[in-house]
Amino acid sequence: MIADVGAQLGLAYAFVEREVALSKRYWAWEIVWLVYGIVTSLSVAYIALGMQGITGGSSDPAFVSRFVLYLLVGTITWRFLGLIFEQMGETIAWERWEGTIESTFMAPVPRLTHLLGMCAATLVRALGFSVAILGAVALFVPVDLSHANLASAIVLLATGAVAFIGLAIGSAVFPLLWTEKGLQMAYIVQAVVLLVSGVYYDTSVLPGWMQPLSFISPATYVIRGMRDALLDGADLAAVWPNLWPALVVGAVSIPLGLRLFLWAERYAKRTGRLKRSG
Amino acid sequence: MAIQIREGVRTEKKTAALAASEVRKSFRPARIVPGGGTTVHAVDGVSLSVWRGEIYGLLGANGSGKSTLIRLFSTLLTPDAGDVRVFGLDIDRDELAVKRLINRVSVEASFFKKLSAMENLIYAGRLYGVAPETSRPKIVAILHRLGIEDARMTEPLEKLSRGMQQKVAIARAFLSAPMLLLLDEPTTGLDIRSKREVQTFVRDLRDEHDATILLTTHDLDEAARLADRIGILHQGRLVAEGTPDELAARHGGGTLEDVFMTLTGRRLEDADAPEHERPT
Repeated sequence: MIADVGAQLGLAYAFVEREVALSKRYWAWEIVWLVYGIVTSLSVAYIALGMQGITGGSSDPAFVSRFVLYLLVGTITWRFLGLIFEQMGETIAWERWEGTIESTFMAPVPRLTHLLGMCAATLVRALGFSVAILGAVALFVPVDLSHANLASAIVLLATGAVAFIGLAIGSAVFPLLWTEKGLQMAYIVQAVVLLVSGVYYDTSVLPGWMQPLSFISPATYVIRGMRDALLDGADLAAVWPNLWPALVVGAVSIPLGLRLFLWAERYAKRTGRLKRSG
Repeated sequence: MAIQIREGVRTEKKTAALAASEVRKSFRPARIVPGGGTTVHAVDGVSLSVWRGEIYGLLGANGSGKSTLIRLFSTLLTPDAGDVRVFGLDIDRDELAVKRLINRVSVEASFFKKLSAMENLIYAGRLYGVAPETSRPKIVAILHRLGIEDARMTEPLEKLSRGMQQKVAIARAFLSAPMLLLLDEPTTGLDIRSKREVQTFVRDLRDEHDATILLTTHDLDEAARLADRIGILHQGRLVAEGTPDELAARHGGGTLEDVFMTLTGRRLEDADAPEHERPT
């Protein structure tokens, strides 16, 4: 049993090692994404700093500082969750593009192990990017974390990552089913999740018909909870109203995403879609 | 599991490494297009057996169903009908166990092109449960044997010639020590020297490592040079099967080319040519 778990972890590690090697070879692109992430987050932070000039609102430094952090929590948390969504969503599309999809799917690796390895690689990359972006942004704008409850934030982020993995595995199904346009569909799903999850605003400002979508997005709860934890120092008990829905989404989306993926793989094998080109 | 199967098959005399029975595969158009989009019967009731230790050559023109058949045997496609077994294991029900016993080289080498041959092969080894400490010296030895020098092993694969990439693909397949190796036109597009090196390696693989090989080709010389038995595939059907001598004797003597022409009504190179270039 333990040997079997060890063997599966070894197989899963193959994907982590491969992704790290690919990141090194595509280092110029990694720098592009990092710079893009820093610049986007900084731009959002400067909106808060320039708010008084735009709206004529309060210039109270405490208020501005809180608004900067409000927006930064949204943008960096979304960067973290979005990277998970993107990279997992590209699991199939990337291999199809490289031409390796057939050899990967022929390998004697259970699909669960394959996806577990990809999740681990994705989490490492997303965490590295998010920490780097936060560090870089802190050099330019004042980030007041004096009231933050970091433990609550870490638990929320971990829960959000798990919940997003299920969603991302589900979206990776699109390129399996639609070889030509599947990835575009996955990106559209990601864009909609961004819109409805209250990344830069409270979801109460959304039109009524859109709000049900915000209820099923795990990002809504994670970002809301992260704000409570980092702006107001909410402890675990206080963030629980946002934690449990994210846990429920994760508990539902991971098995559902996996089942969908396995079904899509069988469909792709039946219809000849498991190949490098459409 | 794979080791148990390997030990098991060693005790038998004539084992079917691959047994396909009445296999069918059709592809339907993605959507109904007025005036177009017909169902393609890529594989139409093919039955064949490849015995353990044998090199079986599957000969056919482009579009005859060779690659579809290989993809079916590789677990990349599921048959519409029929039964495929690898060393007695059903490719659908025992998919993971079958995957441990097989490997495939396709007509186009598929790798992470930015990674080096060494990185790609270490990754491939890991997928088959071979740790880098074990795979690394093995990779070096195989690549040396295929004529690839040390310096080229750490270069991104995109910098290697197509012939070299194909050799790395063969090394990758060999690395997992497959009991059944599926080679889908492995020498297409290679220069004469690379072709010969690959052919020698394929034969050595069988002789020295107890591998069974199913080779698809549209190169008659290659089929005659390598295969113990040859099957001729035409429009998704296996129209003849036997040793080169048996085929010649059964179909009026002459060369494999003559046999192919008798059975399909075309010379192999004409059958491979685009429709508008074919002689009428």
